[in-house]
Amino acid sequence: MLKSFKGGVHPNYHKELTCSKSFVEVKASDVVIIPLKMHIGAEAKPLVKKGDQVLVGQKIADTDAYIGAAVHSSVSGTVQKIDSTLLPSGLRGPAIFINNDGNYQLDPSIKPHKPLEELTPREIVDIVRDSGIVGLGGATFPTHVKLCVPEGKDVEYLLINAAECEPYLSCDHRTLLERTDDLFYGMKAAAKACGADHIKICIEDNKKDCLEFLTSRCGSDCEVVLLKTKYPQGGEKQLIKAVLNREVPSGTLPYEVGVVVINVGTAVAIAEAIKTGMPLVKRAVTVTGSIVNNPGNFIVPIGTTMDKLLEVVGGTKEKIGRIIYGGPMMGIAIHETDEPVVKGTSGILILSEKESPVIGEPDPCIRCARCVDHCPMHLMPNMLERYVSKGGLDKAKSMGLLDCIECGCCSYVCPSKRHLVQWIKVGKMEIAMQKRRDAENHKRSTPVATA
Amino acid sequence: MVEDLLIVSSSPYIRAQDTVKRIMYSVAIALIPAIAAGVFFFGWRALAVVLTSVGAALATEVIWQRLRGIPLTVSDGSAIVTGMLLALNLPPTVPLWIAALGSAVAIIIGKQVYGGLGANPFNPALVGRVFLTASFPAIMTNWLSPAGYDAIASATPLAATTKIPLSNLFWGSVPGCIGETSAFALLIGGLYLLIKGYIDYRIVSGVLGTVIVISLIMGLNPLAQLFAGGLMLGALFMATDMVTSPVTPKGRWIFGIGIGVLVMLIRHGAGMPEGVSYSILLMNATVPLINRATRPRIYGR
Repeated sequence: MLKSFKGGVHPNYHKELTCSKSFVEVKASDVVIIPLKMHIGAEAKPLVKKGDQVLVGQKIADTDAYIGAAVHSSVSGTVQKIDSTLLPSGLRGPAIFINNDGNYQLDPSIKPHKPLEELTPREIVDIVRDSGIVGLGGATFPTHVKLCVPEGKDVEYLLINAAECEPYLSCDHRTLLERTDDLFYGMKAAAKACGADHIKICIEDNKKDCLEFLTSRCGSDCEVVLLKTKYPQGGEKQLIKAVLNREVPSGTLPYEVGVVVINVGTAVAIAEAIKTGMPLVKRAVTVTGSIVNNPGNFIVPIGTTMDKLLEVVGGTKEKIGRIIYGGPMMGIAIHETDEPVVKGTSGILILSEKESPVIGEPDPCIRCARCVDHCPMHLMPNMLERYVSKGGLDKAKSMGLLDCIECGCCSYVCPSKRHLVQWIKVGKMEIAMQKRRDAENHKRSTPVATA
Repeated sequence: MVEDLLIVSSSPYIRAQDTVKRIMYSVAIALIPAIAAGVFFFGWRALAVVLTSVGAALATEVIWQRLRGIPLTVSDGSAIVTGMLLALNLPPTVPLWIAALGSAVAIIIGKQVYGGLGANPFNPALVGRVFLTASFPAIMTNWLSPAGYDAIASATPLAATTKIPLSNLFWGSVPGCIGETSAFALLIGGLYLLIKGYIDYRIVSGVLGTVIVISLIMGLNPLAQLFAGGLMLGALFMATDMVTSPVTPKGRWIFGIGIGVLVMLIRHGAGMPEGVSYSILLMNATVPLINRATRPRIYGR
């Protein structure tokens, strides 16, 4: 029997739109917009100013914070401005606007590093950090933090997450097929960095075509694991449960159970950084949707705007309803087509209004329990929604509000079309704000207390 | 330009096909075989009772919501289901005004006073039925022999189960309420809902399994216990009412088993010949407690 986890849903996958389309390199837009925060953690500080010349791969922003990531230019050209702009996260934030000169002149610092055999784990982590690599599955957690295993924790397994459980997306699938060399190189580097003894490449059984040839390349320390096709199989916790039957304790990271998980695209980015010295300046993106004229898989320079990609895919057959960065279950609907592709953009899904209707006032909950039955974290979304919407945050917290991974299965299955995961996100955000307020109050009150 | 604006909302952007309406109308469709069996065995009067009961349920809901000035929700199909279920729980001889009264009570006291669909703790149809049984005990137990069959006139079918052949109990040629006599017709509808995922297998197997086990322990014929009285109707269509059953997987087992135990207790240990309605209502009352006691273990805790 195929490995899997309890809960989850089976949406229509629509992978056939793009899964057989090879990667096509896309040129950057005339102006690229590179946000200073495309990752979880501290915002990077700009290292360039208006009017500066920049080159491909040049570091243009960085941070001293441990949880944070460097930012590099994906084009050569002139810095037009550093300004606040609407980001794909839906929030405004600072970004570096670069006028692309179209020459793609390489920064002279881009040189291959030592071969993997000669690199120490510490050196690998430093290269990853310097290259601005973050989790490319969409979570954008800084990869060097993941690979730098805390003292006293022993990592047994490195899982390569190629489940790609989000409907429509196929860039991880294409990466498995087309970037196999770099994948194996990158995952070996990652395993060395975090000290993992075994590597498992995890794919859903809708990517069976990769099974044999990946297996044939695996050595004794590596294995391909076939998983049942079910959303959210690619969730880190669901993946670990399915592959190793281990549960990451609530509020901790996978190290606790001896595991590090990285996305297949991240492994390839690590390989590229070591082999060529090129930092993370472009990524694989699936641009798809049934109304898209020529959907496909593309290698897109970071900062390229959506307008440019719409051109590349030849526009749409029908009026666009939503443009979603990511997949239909967890992606983010963007406001404007001049928003850039960022490090976490694993796909761009274009839906008509008919495919993704606006849901107004929901019906009352009829306690059908589908949200409870399908929650992959075994929460009770119906109760969480009720407590959050009625102001019972503490009660919601005690029922696991913060354990929610926001996969959206509850809202997906709800026959009353209630905004379950949406309310849960509101609750989580309120708790985060409360925490921040408390910290500030504490800071303010501390000097008084000591005086 | 306004027409070029993109729609923005929070994920997920796709939703499963099922809606409340679709579930309710599917339940209504699943009850049609049982209604047909009722008409077959008791004549057209049974259909008149069903239509009266459904009509009264719809009318009551409309009037109530109009009077209160709240949005009309009568199209969600839940009132139809309540009306149908109540009618199937009535003897075919029942005066039509009593059927209508039962429907009104089911909708108002059983559902609307709590805030409408989704907020009621008790199965509305059963609230209607129990109200009628308490108010008109003679009328509510005036059993009619199925057309063309010799039957034990006016004896409650359960009291006489040992005298009725099993095949009659299964196909439905026994005296009883309109919808509870034919286990066969009920099973067709129940199976349809099980396949569609609109009723929970845990509740159904909890109720039926418990009745079988207790029957075997007591030395009774388990099939006779299953097919007689209102058990099939109750287990398949009323215990499984989403609104009034637990939301946790473990809770649904406990709920089903609890109903099974109470049914056998009332049937064989109490003064009443039948107790499916009361068993379900009693277990309905425990649902909040069951939910609280059986919360699933959260991943990683």
